[in-house]
Order: sequence, then structure tokens, then C-alpha cells
Amino acid sequence: MAGIKKLPLPSQLGLVPILVLILLLVPIGASIITLIGSATNWHGLAGVFSIDGSSFSAVLAAPGFAKSLALSFWIGLFTPIIALLVVMLFIASFNNSGGFVWVWAVMKPVLAVPHAAAAFGLLFLIAPSGFLVRLVSPEISGFLRPPDWLIVNDPAGISFALALVVKEIPFLFFVTMAALPQVDLRRTKIVAGLGYGQVWGWLVAIFPAIYLQIRLPLFAVIAFATSTVDVALVIGPVTPPPLSVQILRWMNDPDLAKRSIAAAGAIIQVGITLSALLVWWLGEHLVMALARMAALRGWRFRADLFVRIFGATLMAISVGLVVLGIALLVLWSFAGVWRFPSSLPEVWTFKTWFSQMPNLLETGWRATKIALVSSGLSLVLVLASLENEYRSNIQITRIAWWIIFIPLLIPQIAFVGGLSVLFLKLGIDGTLWAVIMVHMIFVFPYVYLTLADPWNAFDTRYLNVARTLGKSDNRNFWYVRLPILLAPVLAAFALGFAVSIAQYLPTLLIGAGRQPTISTEAIALASGGNRRLIGTYAIVQTMLPFIFFALASLIPKIAWSNRQALQATRAGK
Amino acid sequence: MSGFKKLHALLAGAFLALSPASASEPDPQNWDMVLAEAKGQEVFWHAWGGSENINAYIAWVGEEVESRFGVTLTQVKISETANVVARVLAEKEVGRTENGAVDLVWINGENFAAMKRQGLLLSSPWSTFLPNYQLTDFENKAVLTSDFTEPVDGLESPWGTAQLTFYYDSASSAFVDGVPPASLDDLEKWIEANPGRFTYAAPPNFIGTTFLKQVLYGLVDDISVLRQPADKETFDLVTAPLWAWLDRVQPNLWRSGQVFAADTTNLKTLLSDNEIDISMTFNPGEASSAVFEGLLPQTTRSFVMDYGSVGNAHFVAIPFNANAKAGAMIVANFLMSPEAQARKSNEEIWGDPTVLAFEKLNAEQLSYFDSMASGEATLGIEEAGATLSEPDAFWSDALDAEWLRRYGAGN
Repeated sequence: MAGIKKLPLPSQLGLVPILVLILLLVPIGASIITLIGSATNWHGLAGVFSIDGSSFSAVLAAPGFAKSLALSFWIGLFTPIIALLVVMLFIASFNNSGGFVWVWAVMKPVLAVPHAAAAFGLLFLIAPSGFLVRLVSPEISGFLRPPDWLIVNDPAGISFALALVVKEIPFLFFVTMAALPQVDLRRTKIVAGLGYGQVWGWLVAIFPAIYLQIRLPLFAVIAFATSTVDVALVIGPVTPPPLSVQILRWMNDPDLAKRSIAAAGAIIQVGITLSALLVWWLGEHLVMALARMAALRGWRFRADLFVRIFGATLMAISVGLVVLGIALLVLWSFAGVWRFPSSLPEVWTFKTWFSQMPNLLETGWRATKIALVSSGLSLVLVLASLENEYRSNIQITRIAWWIIFIPLLIPQIAFVGGLSVLFLKLGIDGTLWAVIMVHMIFVFPYVYLTLADPWNAFDTRYLNVARTLGKSDNRNFWYVRLPILLAPVLAAFALGFAVSIAQYLPTLLIGAGRQPTISTEAIALASGGNRRLIGTYAIVQTMLPFIFFALASLIPKIAWSNRQALQATRAGK
Repeated sequence: MSGFKKLHALLAGAFLALSPASASEPDPQNWDMVLAEAKGQEVFWHAWGGSENINAYIAWVGEEVESRFGVTLTQVKISETANVVARVLAEKEVGRTENGAVDLVWINGENFAAMKRQGLLLSSPWSTFLPNYQLTDFENKAVLTSDFTEPVDGLESPWGTAQLTFYYDSASSAFVDGVPPASLDDLEKWIEANPGRFTYAAPPNFIGTTFLKQVLYGLVDDISVLRQPADKETFDLVTAPLWAWLDRVQPNLWRSGQVFAADTTNLKTLLSDNEIDISMTFNPGEASSAVFEGLLPQTTRSFVMDYGSVGNAHFVAIPFNANAKAGAMIVANFLMSPEAQARKSNEEIWGDPTVLAFEKLNAEQLSYFDSMASGEATLGIEEAGATLSEPDAFWSDALDAEWLRRYGAGN
């Protein structure tokens, strides 16, 4: 609805936005204040009001700081550029083709794979003792021992960037597909008629409109790439590690002074993320200027066959890397003895699964509990917010969108670090509910993002008809709107579930080691390098969200098997 | 002082004098009371979780203390013991003097020294009063009473001993006649002749720091200087040959020294993957354990440096604010029992050496140790050579910091 005037809110539903604001902003604000206080050595409670920058200078003087900073920065900018390029090229090339739905079907499981599991799979694939080298050894390569190549954990972070790109591509694909229905695709016919090549025509006509909608998710990607800890621990550089890993080390140092250095580092990390976002914003203007120039000069770029093949190849490689990586995880979980250069395990065994089953069940079940509750509660909040928007005729403002996205834009290490200190002081750290609450802060934006467009695309005239039949708003919500929106609602829940399962830092820091989940266990195993164990845990970590994604696709099909119009809704699936 | 205040002070003093050092700390000399108090408690044992063998052993301990004493044991897997120290310290800072998150911690060395000096442990000695402590070899093994030169003072309970041991595949072509490089000179020459086939764990990981200390022992003139802390000039002077040695081997390390191993498990995996030819561990039984598991070939053998091997003991300690102190004491005592110690040193399970003195054990207790045979890859007592005791805890921290500065930042 396009009404902007705010009407008085009689129902309790009006409280929901306030609740959401509290959920999102209060922890963030509190943790940032805690961080600043810690970083500047402010002992306000002791009555001593003094601040000093000694922690900040300690961070700057830390060995390898400049390299860590540069690393976070270049990864944070480079990976989204590549991911965006690949996704746009691909969609531009194949949007009209019939195989597109099939690609979308393949992309969804890839989306369900947690970042860390994808990184593990990539690790097993491209490491010098990994699968690709084993395939060609020893017949072609002549290697009887793994070559001493610096591929994974390389100091420049290239394998790290690759691990991020292969997961960013499905996510950007997903948000783009959600944004497509908002754009009038007939424009492509117009530009085709003007003689533009397929790819360039799409980029000129459709991309700008899409970009506006995917801008915030893209910023979330940049923030994640500059500050991720779990992927960095798996496949990132070691000497020196990215700044986020360094901050984690300082945070866990028994030397008290290091704690404030960690806080200072976290604030610098926020600065890096904001700088990367600023550079991106400048880049946007640059690209706009270039595109305008190209448009004015009438460049048509008709000969784009190579570009289309290139886009398709890159997309195929990216998906293939993830799929092959997951397959390798499965192989390793059943491998008994698998020494270089064998391409397949020499001895197969169930031993790893049997011996790990108790721990897999315990940590997997805990992760599932946390994810079900945090995603469920977030879904309830999102539905309540959206319904409140509808009933009160509010259109969500740009500022509100930004507020919803703030948890995704602030580096987790900074935010969760400050929060864990706060929770320790409040005595609620280590509890399951504390972990669930913090998970909700990250799950809510994703659930909202997934559900907002399908919700707005819903034809509200159905509700008008229902009202004329004398039914209340509440009843219409449960009996008209929700059933029709079943597929997007379940998809949003599945995505929220996946986001919660994959959370590492919040579970680790807020849970204080008392709430091990499948993700914390998997990352903890990463350093040992025992591939059998890593494979087993990573598989379970992947299967959990995958189950819910599959359910989210299946349930609507079964529930509405006799409702043709409800079968394949375009938006948000 | 007014009359009322005097009375108040008198009563307070009397009360303090009558109560034990800390009213909430169980007295191990009254073992029946400890047993009774421990029943039904849940003990959170923060222990390094990077080795599946050890985790499986700890799970067995959990089953035993549950069935025998009614204590529920939960292992909180950690990657760095320093994190646990930081945790307890943070709890002390915010004033949490009860219901701490950590009941028992697997600890030694500089972490123990940090906890002891910052008052994070129990206030009075307890481990020396545990029933099974009498069976340990504390008279002869100095490592059980002096932890990196810091007196134990009964604040931590011995669990196992350790000695830096290297292991390798004797059938590999990298070793002439299967003979490993057992001196620092030989090792340096071997690394040069086999580039990319040797690495160590990056400090501050424990085995990485121990490797630095091992090399330092081999290069320093007067080892007595390591028994106490040193100022900056002395430190630079003493460690100069160490950095020179590391500088020389750095370009020929695995991955050219751009990446280091993460811990002992990672080193074992690298050897198993044939990425490196020499690995190292604290546990003299680890190589045999790995052979038994099928991870390493039957031709795997161990060796130590010819001038001695850095040795220490590892312990379990109870923080001051632990929630289940009695339960933790029960667990600590059980860990020292002959049955638990024998199972621990069984190479098919873990292979960690025992802290017990065989002369003190009766026939039944000895029988637990009977069925074990050492694997081929484990060194005999004579071959294991002299033990070099750990230097003062200062050296661990100082070496870590300097190593990070020189090699940890990709210089």
C-alpha cells in the first residue's frame, strides 16, 4: 500500500516495531559503548574519568598490523566485485533461457551450505595434498609426495577470497532473483529493439533498478568479507592473519592489557568496514559515470558471445567448487586410510561416524534448538512488523531499512566482543537464551529481507474481499494472507535457520564455551587438520539447513497440490 | 574506636579465625565429606580438545566418575588454555566469586603461573592431600612439584608427564639408512637438504614454544640463566643464537615459513599426508598410537635430540570460583588412580606417560599396567635420554612475543 500517513495504532501490534528496534539497536549500542570504554581504558565506574589512546597505538604497533589491515580491506572490496560481476553477467546472459529455473534449483542447496563448510570443501579440493592434485598424481604430475605449494593459507589471501566468492555468488543471486519481479522485464525487449547486445542491454536497462534493491545486501556482503573470522580460521592467511582473527586472539589473551587492545582493534575493524563501504560508494559513482558515458556514446556491445560463455563458465565453476567440495567432505567422513596420491580412499570405514555420533547428536541438536527458536521468533517478529505496516498504512522508510541491516554491517567481532563482556557483567553469559537472543539479532535482517518483497507483492485485494465478507483483520492474516504466502514464509524461515546454524562467533563468545554447536565444533577441528573429523562435522553442519530448505520447497507443493495458482509464485522462492 | 565498633571487630576476627580459609572450599583431608558433597555435581572440565584420542579418554573418565561417584563430567573443548585463564580472570574482574564457568582446567606452565600469581586458584593447597597423590612419584620427579620453576604448592594435581619427542617414517628416502638428524647441526643440515619437509607449530601454541625452548637449550652456553627471568639485554643476548638458527632454516621450511603448523594434531596430520617428514609431540607414545590407528605406517620411529629433551608434567587445577569444587577434586583424584593412569599410558588409547611410581603400587594396582606393551615407535627408557627441565615461565612468554615479531607477521 502506498499510504504514508501514520494512523493511530490501537492494537498491540504497534508495539512490535518498538520491540524490533530494542532487539536490534540496544545490544549494538551497548556493545559499542562497552568497546569504546574498554579501548580507551575508561574506568568510569571507579570514578576515574580518563581516556587514553595507548591501546590504539598498541594495535598499530602490533607485528604485521599493516598487512592485516590491507588484507581485510582488499578482501572486503575484491570479493563482492567479483561475485557481483559473475552474478550479473550470468543473469544477463541467461535470464530468458529455459534452463534458468534449473540453475535456480541447483543454486538453492548451495545457498544452504554454511560458509565454513564451503571453505572446508574448498580446502580439501585445492590444497597441495588435496583432491585436484591427487587426481593428476602421480601419473601426470609425477608427484609422489604433495608439492610444497603455498595455495591455501597463502599470505595474500587468494584462497581466502575464493572461499568467500563461491558463497557470495549464490547469496547475491538469491537477492537478485528476489528483486527481479519488481522490475519490468519488458525493457529488455526495448533495448534489444534498439540494437543492444543481450548482456549490455540487460545491464543498461535492468541492472540499475536491481542494484538499488540489492544494495543493502551487498553492503552486508562487504561487511562480512572485511571482518569474517570463521572462514579466515579455516583457509585464511596465518602470518599475519586478517585483523578480525588477530582481535579474537587478543580477546582471549590472559594478559589483561590485551583486552583493551582487542577493543581498540575492534573499533579499528569497524573503521575498516566503513572505509570499504565508502570506497564502494565512490566506486558506484565511478561506474555510473562510465556507464552514462557508454550510454551516451551509444555503445551497443553486440558481440557478447564470449562474455556470455565466460559468465556461464565462471558461474559453473563457482557452483561446481562448492558441490565438489561438499562431495569431498562426504568422502573424507567415510575414509579410513586415504594417503596421497590416491584419488579415492584406500580403506572405507564407518568408524568416524560411529565414534563421533554422540557428540554430533549433542552439538547438532543444540544448534538445531537454537536455530529453530531464533528463526521462529524472528519470523514471528517479521510477520508482526509487516502486518503492522499493512494495518497502519506505514511504508517502511529507508532509514528503517538501514536500521534493520545494521547488525549485518557492523563487524561481528566488534559487536559480539563488546556484547560478551556486557553479558559477563550481567551474569547471563553461557546460557542458551543469551545465545538465542544474539542469534536473533543476525537472523532477523535475513528473514525480513527474504520476506519483505513477496509480502509487498501480495495482492491485498484478497484481504479487502475478506473484509467485505465480515472477517476480522486477525482472521484474514491467518486464513488468507499466510496460506497464500506459505512458500515465501517457509523460505524465509529456512534461510533464518541456515544463518543461525552457521553462526560461529556469537555462539563461541556469548556461549562462553558452554554451548558448543555443530559450527563451533567444526571450526575448532579446523586447526588439527584431521580431514575425517572435519568432513563428518561439516557434513552435518550442511545437512541441517539443507533439510529445512528442502522442506520449505516441499511443504507448499504438498499443501497446495490442488491449488494451481499457489504453486510457483515468482517472488522470493 | 567506640565500644560497639571494638566488639564488632572482635567478633569478626573470631569468626574469621574459626572458619576455614574459605568456607566454600572442600577439605580433601576429609575425603568422605568431599565424596558426599560431590555426588550429583556437574563438573565442567576445560581441556584442550584438539586430539580425538584424548577426548575419547576424557569421555571414558566421565563414564567412570558418573558410575562410581555420581559426578557428571562435561568436557569443554578449548583450543588455547590461555583462553580459560582469560575467562576466569574476567570473572574475577566482574566480581563473580561463585558459580564460575570453569570447574577444572587442564593446565601447566605459564598458564598455571599466571593463574597462581593472579589469585585465580583455590586459596589453600589441596592436591597433595588427595588420596591418590601418595602413589605419585613426587619425590623423584621434580616436574611434579615444580611447574616451569613455579612451585606447585598443591594448587594443581598431576596428570601426566611429557617429553618433546620427534617422530618420522624410517622407511622414507629422506633419511639415510633410516637414521634421523638427532643433533641441532644435523637437523639444520637435514632441513637444508630437504626443503619444504620440516615445520613446527607457530608459537604461542604450546608445542611451538617448546620447540623454541628445545633449540635454545641446544644453543645456549649456560643453561642456568634460563632458571630465572631476564631483562631485555640478557634476553636478546641469550636468544641471539636461537634466532640466528631459525633465520637460517626459515627459507627451507615447509611452505617457506609462510604458514606453520597449528598444533600437535596438525603436525601428525601433515606427516600422515606426507607433507612433511619429521613431526614432533609431547607424548612419547603418540607415534605408536598413530601407528595403531592406521594413521602412520608401521615403519614410524621416534627420536630425541642428543643433548636432552625438554620435559614437563601437565596437571589439572581448580579455579577459585569453581561451582563444583568437590566434584572437581573427585575427578582429579580419579585421574591419578592406577586404573586411569594405566589406561592413559596404553598406547592403543592415548600413550601419555604416567605420574605414578611403580614401587608404590601394590600387586593389584600394578596389574593394570601389565597388559601394555610399548609400540615399536616408542623409545625405551635409555633411548629417551636426559630430561631438560622447563625454564622459568618468563622465557615462554618472551620467546612467544619475539617469535611473533620476527616470523609471525610475514616479514
